[in-house]
Amino acid sequence: MTDTASTTNYLNSTTGWRSWLFTLDHKRIGLMYLLFIAISFGLGGFFALALRLELINPGKLLFTAKQYNQMFTLHGAIMTFLFIIPSIPASLGNFILPLQLGAKDVAFPRLNLASLYIYVLGAIFCVYSMVAGAADTGWTFYTPYSSTTDTSVISMTMGAFILGFSSIFTGLNFIVTIHKLRPPGMTWFRLPLFVWSLYATAIIQVLATPVLGITIVLLVLERVLGVGIFDPALGGDPILFQHFFWFYSHPAVYIMILPAMGIMSEVVSAMASKKIFGYRLIALSSLAIAIISFLVWGHHLFVSGQSDYAAVIFSFLTYLVSIPSAIKIFNWVSTLYRGSIDLRAPFLYFAAFLFMFCVGGFTGVMLASLSLDVHLHDTYFVVAHFHYVMVGGTTIAFLSGLHYWWPKMIGKMYSEFWAFVAWLFIMVGFNMTFFTQFLLGSKGMPRRYYNYLDQFQPLHAFSTSGTWVLAIGFLIMAFYLIDSIMNGKPAPANPWGATTLEWQTDSPPITENFHDTPVVTTDPYEYGVAKS
Amino acid sequence: MDNKIIHESLIATGNTWFPSQASTFAASVDGMFNFIYYGSIIISLGILVATIYFIWKYRKSVHAKADNHENLTHNTWLELSWTIPPLILVMGIFVVSFKDYLHMAIAPQQATQIKVVGKKWFWAFEYPNGTKTLGELVVPVNTPIQLLMSSDDVLHSFYIPNFRVKRDVIPNRYTKLWFEPTKKGNYQIFCTEYCGDGHSDMLASIRVVSMPEYEKWLATQGSGGDDLPLDELGEKLYTSKACVTCHSIDGSAKVGPTWKGLFGAKRAFVDGSSAVADENYIKESILIPGKHVVVGYGPVMPAYQGLLSDREIDALIEYIKKVK
Repeated sequence: MTDTASTTNYLNSTTGWRSWLFTLDHKRIGLMYLLFIAISFGLGGFFALALRLELINPGKLLFTAKQYNQMFTLHGAIMTFLFIIPSIPASLGNFILPLQLGAKDVAFPRLNLASLYIYVLGAIFCVYSMVAGAADTGWTFYTPYSSTTDTSVISMTMGAFILGFSSIFTGLNFIVTIHKLRPPGMTWFRLPLFVWSLYATAIIQVLATPVLGITIVLLVLERVLGVGIFDPALGGDPILFQHFFWFYSHPAVYIMILPAMGIMSEVVSAMASKKIFGYRLIALSSLAIAIISFLVWGHHLFVSGQSDYAAVIFSFLTYLVSIPSAIKIFNWVSTLYRGSIDLRAPFLYFAAFLFMFCVGGFTGVMLASLSLDVHLHDTYFVVAHFHYVMVGGTTIAFLSGLHYWWPKMIGKMYSEFWAFVAWLFIMVGFNMTFFTQFLLGSKGMPRRYYNYLDQFQPLHAFSTSGTWVLAIGFLIMAFYLIDSIMNGKPAPANPWGATTLEWQTDSPPITENFHDTPVVTTDPYEYGVAKS
Repeated sequence: MDNKIIHESLIATGNTWFPSQASTFAASVDGMFNFIYYGSIIISLGILVATIYFIWKYRKSVHAKADNHENLTHNTWLELSWTIPPLILVMGIFVVSFKDYLHMAIAPQQATQIKVVGKKWFWAFEYPNGTKTLGELVVPVNTPIQLLMSSDDVLHSFYIPNFRVKRDVIPNRYTKLWFEPTKKGNYQIFCTEYCGDGHSDMLASIRVVSMPEYEKWLATQGSGGDDLPLDELGEKLYTSKACVTCHSIDGSAKVGPTWKGLFGAKRAFVDGSSAVADENYIKESILIPGKHVVVGYGPVMPAYQGLLSDREIDALIEYIKKVK
């Protein structure tokens, strides 16, 4: 036992399953979220491997068309609703936000625990749907297919409905926490950028998620009671569903990417020992993205038969939202200039993010182009684009944050060597899998195809082989992270020499987070200025 | 994949990224792609080179202390320089693609109008003179064509990669799509809006021919196949009328029952009744498929009432008799 680990901390202060199940400690809740999110990722990943395996050849390999359709629906729904939306805010955000604010907990600890319970309840609905004739609608639940298919659309959509409340509670909690629980001296422009990004995210969570809830309730009413809302056979309008759905689901894309950008700002500053370049512009660009994100949903409907004039306005606004994202990239790169760059795991993932987010962003510029989108819409090009943003962007940033805060959360260091090996596998596997899909898509291969023309086979096979490399990377990561819990070296309080408040307390922190309430007298990234 | 008609390959023709260009839209769409593509490569390379250079030059082992001088953490002019020019660039892209999109949205007045119906899981076409085809659209080259499209069930989407056109096909309203083919040949049509089990087999082809060939084809359609024996005509129709999407001839179960050994077999229906598959049963199953659904299958087949002539129905029955 070393001197830092010998004291009590939030992990060992109380014991027994009740102390976890009924805990109000944001750190324990965050950790439990992390566990459930990791399980969801494993499950969603399993479906991804299975459906890519089916696509290694045209025609039937293992599954029927219907089973394949159910698998891509489950992959999408699990990855979206159970993994990527809660991933950063509910796990890392829950753990780190109060620490970065120098607070003892979030503003409403009971609401925080409730959001975890609701998450689990929603997950149970989704898993039930899996065994009770899994939905085959795609995670977008487009009507009238979803109003008429005989699969278990209701339990899957009710799962998403329930998960929405979990997301709203977390967002609400964060907004109040950031407003009310800042310590003396921490003004708005002294907030760490991760906190800014969680604030922007929370606004979207609270304002947009109810629209998804209402849409799902309308869909269920239509299926159960035959009320005509979206199904033309009952007098409804299927395009209305698409508007409602994307009114939530496009801002939801920013629920996914904004906290990822927040992590990148933290990591690049800490690993380069350098004050972040253009702090205010990064902070404000998060808010700008959050606001504009509400006004771009129609770019999912360029070929759907919405008004051509509407399409023009949505395209214009989509281009506007690209600018704040571009600004952030330039600011991160400038932060590296004359820094002192520590190439350990969090930084490796930052570098990976920078490259893959650029690919995702530039292909987004292509898809926002009205005329070009007509050709690329609903092809593999779109599939590749959003995987570059959601996996290459958000998931990679999540991994960066996980490696950055793991010593704080668990109190142990992981193996840098194996972290590097896993990173290499993930980088190579991911780009093999998804860069290929850009080519498939622009050549005309439509998405959600069980069967395909023989000429596409070599590219599909190559893409499938990439998923195996990717899976090996994630397995290695699971092993060394679990191994570090048992065998890792105890982590120092501040292994990266970072300046934000979470590094001023023990690793892992005590239940109350800080021995004394911190007083903030400087900006968050004052490197070069000695801090006591 | 069963595909009797040979289409121009999407992968083998055209350039690295796109299939060959066969409509008047294709060149400007590809031009827009190339502009963004090369622009992205230049900017990405700039970011990549700067990042790698900084990582190498300022790695911790050689640059132990970061330089946190005030002017290295904020610079208004520098920040404006990477805000304003990208904004101007994307606005330029927006304006040009907006013009192209409007061009795609508004068909010339003299365009020939062809009706398209999407159904689970085939495409039906109706020409101005009343000629109907299934699974194959024939159009004259260098002539504007407008498609007036609707769906009989769920959403579909009509996509011709070589023409760079796509439009969703919707059950409660008409959508329109127009193009002017510039190159003769056979091209692939896909459904690109997920529509269920047969989605990936909801294919069709578009044959671009010269105007005289088109006119001759239109005039002889309907009498087409009169010179063929019934069973041979049936074999042709099996593919061209999209039966192949759901019914196999080798005994394997697809979305619908196989045709192998169908004729004369006893069929059990979901309502508990049963019957022997004779000529009347097969005719009824083609025209009113929902009336007797075989156990183990869903009521998903569209009604072919009005889509087949009497001789074509006879031909299909003869062909089914032959598949053993």
